[in-house]
Amino acid sequence: MSNIYYLPTHEYARVEGNVAYIGISEFAAKSLGNVVYVDMPEDGDDVVKGEDFGAVESVKAASDLFSPVSGAVVEINEHLIDNPRLLNEDPMANWIIKVEMTDPSELESLLSPEDYEKLCASEQH
Amino acid sequence: MDELKKTCLHDQHCALGALMSPFGGFDMPIQYAGIEEEHRAVRTACGVFDVSHMGEIFVKGPDAARFVNHIFTNDINAAEAGKAVYGMMLHPDGGTVDDLLVYKEGDNDFLLVVNASNIDKDHAWIKEQAAGYDVVIDNQSDSWGELAIQGPRAEKVLAEVLGIDGSDLAFYTFKHVADPVDGSDVIVSRTGYTGEDGFEVYARPETVRRHWQQLIDAGVAPCGLGCRDTLRFEAGLPLYGDELTDEISPIEAGLGIFVKLDKDEFIGRDATAAIKAEGAKRKIVGLEVNGRAIPRHGYDVLDADGNKVGTVTTGYHSISLDRNLAMALVDAAHAALGTPLQVKVRNKVFPAVVVKKRFYTPNYKK
Repeated sequence: MSNIYYLPTHEYARVEGNVAYIGISEFAAKSLGNVVYVDMPEDGDDVVKGEDFGAVESVKAASDLFSPVSGAVVEINEHLIDNPRLLNEDPMANWIIKVEMTDPSELESLLSPEDYEKLCASEQH
Repeated sequence: MDELKKTCLHDQHCALGALMSPFGGFDMPIQYAGIEEEHRAVRTACGVFDVSHMGEIFVKGPDAARFVNHIFTNDINAAEAGKAVYGMMLHPDGGTVDDLLVYKEGDNDFLLVVNASNIDKDHAWIKEQAAGYDVVIDNQSDSWGELAIQGPRAEKVLAEVLGIDGSDLAFYTFKHVADPVDGSDVIVSRTGYTGEDGFEVYARPETVRRHWQQLIDAGVAPCGLGCRDTLRFEAGLPLYGDELTDEISPIEAGLGIFVKLDKDEFIGRDATAAIKAEGAKRKIVGLEVNGRAIPRHGYDVLDADGNKVGTVTTGYHSISLDRNLAMALVDAAHAALGTPLQVKVRNKVFPAVVVKKRFYTPNYKK
């Protein structure tokens, strides 16, 4: 069973124990084009499943980021402050925030990698 | 919703894998290789845009000059034949119906090039105003296509790829040529919307399709509306819908030099003269945002105390200048250069300062 889960809005949660690393999918990084700014919450901020916690900006537009899980931000990826294009290079390695989950059962309603891939395939047509 | 219109180059855009999106009622290419690459191609070499969505309305007849001067803010009588003149059509209250280019073919013979999103509105507006004038108003928007060939190499590209000599054209002049391949009528003007030297080439759809293919085959970068917007923004040029609307006067937009209040009369003259005399209550200004946040259309502009004093009309992380910049409509009391303001980006507030809105110095051939 995979430890990676997706929202239909293209954010992922990679889960290790009670901690979720949240970022954007490869598909989202590709469709955004070059990322020029990542708007992140601060350490200690609460995030709520399905609600926005920040944004990624390309030249074209700002896209809200939605959290796949609820909990408290325990770390933000500070590398993205000076180098937002890391999201284009490897969005899975370059997570955006690390969240201590308050309700791991929320993961059950997220998409599996297989289902998420099907969604992306359908969005491309 | 009405079905999206397609330009004569729609199939070519899809074949090139363009990202397509609705603009002004048309399904238009936003980008091909990417906005940044295309933007830089225009700044450093040459790019070609499909701008066939623009509207072409011809006005002819014994009263054409008097009529165009009645609906247009700039002075068409002051221009010689062969000149393209930029200006606006106004509502009686001074709000802007559209901004447009008027090509003066002859004393009573004009071509009005209007924004795609306003073709139907403009055509109806122009016809409504024509009572009592002996003119023929002919909307030929569907039978003309248009390419914008823009960048420092544009003159060379026009000559070498399309066989059209533009070297004799001064800025904002045009001429008719017979297309070197099919002999059809082509209008070429030294105009554009990028802040670079360049040409706009109007022709019949089948000729435009061949021009496009010749340019692409020659390696000219296809450019989408994405970089058209980032380029015009850097040069401080307005986009109808952002910096000009039915509710925004050209005086507020800082475009007063295109409104000739010394003309006998034109629609919106009295209201505009009053706005000018009293001083505009709001103004379009440039803003530089300090911080990494990017101001976008519709974001609130706040004064130093956090009170809302305006709205961002266009904003980008400038590709050529690598700064976070915006144009914004703000209360006149906060419009002076150097005024400290703030921009609200989502739930955060970032410091900004009023700067000149011509962020990038254009490289026009005068």
